[in-house]
Amino acid sequence: MAVAMVKERWPGRVMELVIGREPHAVKAGGESTLPFLHFEGEIPNRPLAALEVWDVEPEGWPETLAEAYPGVTRDPVAWAKMCEDCGADLICLRLAGAHPEGKNAGPAQAAETARAVAAAVNRPLIVIGCGVEEKDEEILPAVAGAIAGQNALLGCATMNNYKKITEACLSYGHGIIASTPLDINLAKQLNILINETGIPLDRIAFDPIVGPLGYGFEYAYSIIERARLSALSGDRMLATPVICFVGQEAWKTREARSEDGGGWGDQARRAILWEALTAAGLALAGGSIFVLSHPASLNAFKKHLAAMMKPFTC
Amino acid sequence: MGLTGLEIFKQLPKTNCRDCGQTTCLAFAMAVATGKAVPDRCPHLSEAARDFLGSASAPPVMPVKIGAGSKQVEIGNESVLFRHDKRFENPTAIAVTVCDTLSNGEIAARVERINGLVFERVGQVYKVDLVAVVNSSGNPGRFAEAAKIAAERAEFALILVSEDPAAIEAALDCTADGRPLVCGANAANYQAMTGLAGRFGVPLAVRGANLEELASLAEKVAALGLRQIVLDSGARETAKVLADQTQIRRQALKKFRPLGYPTITFVDHEDSLQAVLQAGVYVAKYAGVVVLDTVEPADLLALITLRLNLYTDPQKPPAVESKVYEILNPGKDSPVYITTNFSLTYYSVAADVEASRVPGYILPVDTDGTSVLTAWSAGKFTPEKIAEALNSSGIAEKVSHRRVIIPGALGVLSGRLQEVSGWEVLVGPRESSGIPSFIKQQWKT
Ligand code: B12
Ligand code: SF4
Repeated sequence: MAVAMVKERWPGRVMELVIGREPHAVKAGGESTLPFLHFEGEIPNRPLAALEVWDVEPEGWPETLAEAYPGVTRDPVAWAKMCEDCGADLICLRLAGAHPEGKNAGPAQAAETARAVAAAVNRPLIVIGCGVEEKDEEILPAVAGAIAGQNALLGCATMNNYKKITEACLSYGHGIIASTPLDINLAKQLNILINETGIPLDRIAFDPIVGPLGYGFEYAYSIIERARLSALSGDRMLATPVICFVGQEAWKTREARSEDGGGWGDQARRAILWEALTAAGLALAGGSIFVLSHPASLNAFKKHLAAMMKPFTC
Repeated sequence: MGLTGLEIFKQLPKTNCRDCGQTTCLAFAMAVATGKAVPDRCPHLSEAARDFLGSASAPPVMPVKIGAGSKQVEIGNESVLFRHDKRFENPTAIAVTVCDTLSNGEIAARVERINGLVFERVGQVYKVDLVAVVNSSGNPGRFAEAAKIAAERAEFALILVSEDPAAIEAALDCTADGRPLVCGANAANYQAMTGLAGRFGVPLAVRGANLEELASLAEKVAALGLRQIVLDSGARETAKVLADQTQIRRQALKKFRPLGYPTITFVDHEDSLQAVLQAGVYVAKYAGVVVLDTVEPADLLALITLRLNLYTDPQKPPAVESKVYEILNPGKDSPVYITTNFSLTYYSVAADVEASRVPGYILPVDTDGTSVLTAWSAGKFTPEKIAEALNSSGIAEKVSHRRVIIPGALGVLSGRLQEVSGWEVLVGPRESSGIPSFIKQQWKT
């Protein structure tokens, strides 16, 4: 029986964002269809997977995670090299040490760390601040200058601090991460505001602030899916690739952390799966860049992506 | 669907006998029109009316029931492509395999492990749904024996996986009462398989080599009188299965009848982590049943949580009632915890209060089912609201002290809350997992 295939003809497509410099640059986005629907449109780039590196030794990490980086968690340069060896597409440097309630590192120190990491690895960089808006708008411009011309992705810019960060990204040639809490209208609004300062839309990734499995995953899933549909329908202001900070969220969960969950099975396996399955699920919704914490989750996720990208005849 | 309540009403007997569970035929007609009931619920329909209503009002994806009694699961009955369009209706049934090449003892042991794949989360119990008995032996007698052991021991309904009609017949002879899903029919055997499914009154999965063959097979099976059909596009590679699942759902929503049935998918990755990710794709994208080969609790916990998330109604965040909850028989001196009535938040806190082994009271404030920070940002978790809950919940009569513990994330509220409530405010840890050590150090009576 002949079945007339239902193929959508989408007028829009996701922006293609380039991070890093040749010959090591990577590309995110660019799709003209829903995730992995090869029969319908183009999927020029597979989603990217980054690993997180901290400028200070992380506190309160479960052993399963800390163990994955033996001897390097006090040395961001060595840590970043290790992540590169583990197969990360990008390195995501988190300047947690700048947190005012922690080490409170200043702009100069943050810049120096970023410079050292950038010099040590080939992989393109994502650099994110400590998450305190006032502090991030202080340190990120310094970081931007220190790694000028590297075409890194800097963030996270919010409604409250995007101006200074945008300015620095423009001056020093970096892309920017626009972060808004799980709200598609806010995401669009921040993209517009950043775009108005002169940053082209293909230099922005948007971070919807994702929830991990069991803790708000469904909200992130639906917002990312709706954003992809809007992008394909022609809304350029929602067509920036989506970045998902999965690692930080997945490793907070009880399921990843608790050794004995009363019949929950092996903790390490559970934690890795929590991270990898959150990422795989959000990739299916339309996420483009994934920041993960554990090398084993990265491996599992990349292997999965390879299968999803495998062309087939229809 | 597509029919108005009045059009449906015209087809009903109009006796208002209530056998359908509705008070009148008209009420029943309205329920059918809005998709809340299926025409079959009226036992008194004429043959003609049944046919007319059956095809005109059938949802785009036919609901199919597998199993009997308390083990029954329903799949299908879906009406959207994206959960945000409305919601997904019947969660993907998760099936775990048992091979008939195992010894009888091994089969029993594996079924026991499958029975144990039950998890509690936010106050509800979640589990796998089906046991798939696979005829790897190629021997009908052996298959029937394995199916019989599984049927006797499993707390779930069965899928009988064999394309040999003799094996299916032998297995149905001893398990048909449980209404297993027969899996199944293909181009070569569909007549025999349809005959068996009809004779034993069980649902049937149909496998095509591709979507075209699948559609024509499904149509032939339906023409033989079977309506409880499950579709298998034959694909096994993840990306191809995703494409087929998407196509089948789109076709169903367009009311292309031959593909208007729920689907079954098989996870075949030999790498066990990959297998879970593969299954995740099928849960998210339209599978009615996913069959997989693992009995690892970690694997199923992750998968079931994914399913739970995707199948919650986007319009209604799960919430608990706002009232005083007593954990471990608290008394006059026991601590009082404030939280929100978002199910996830409440049950996280309840689990950790229980883990502290210190009896306590939890008072979830009604925040329209939102989490602590979401509620706070939205102005739904104010000192005034908390004070009001403290006053009206009756907690003041249950304890002799006036000290209340609030979430660490809301430390900023403590001064104002103290002022408006008159209760002394202790700021707890940010994460509820910190409650056990917090309470031991900070709560002195
Ligand atoms: C899912 C989510 C949503 C969902 C709602 C989910 C829900 N039903 O609540 C949606 C998409 C609707 C949403 C909307 C908004 N959200 Co929201 N959301 C989240 C997200 C991703 C997860 C929240 C969650 O479910 N957490 C899990 C639960 C279990 O956590 P919890 O309630 O805090 O409970 C924990 C602790 O607080 C503690 N605890 C709880 N009770 C108690 C009690 C005691 C005594 C103790 C000791 C401890 C304790 O233990 C629990 C387990 O650790 C967070 C970001 C994140 N990743 O955390 C943002 C977040 C909470 N949202 C935020 C915001 C701003 C909003 C909006 C206002 C955005 C907007 N402009 O529209 C809206 C408000 C919506 C409204 N009008 O109601 C912000 C809050 C910012 C802030 N610091 O105040 C967050 C933090 C995101 C961010 N980083 O900006 N959100
Ligand atoms: S069972 Fe049928 S006849 Fe009886 S009230 Fe319901 S719709 Fe009417």
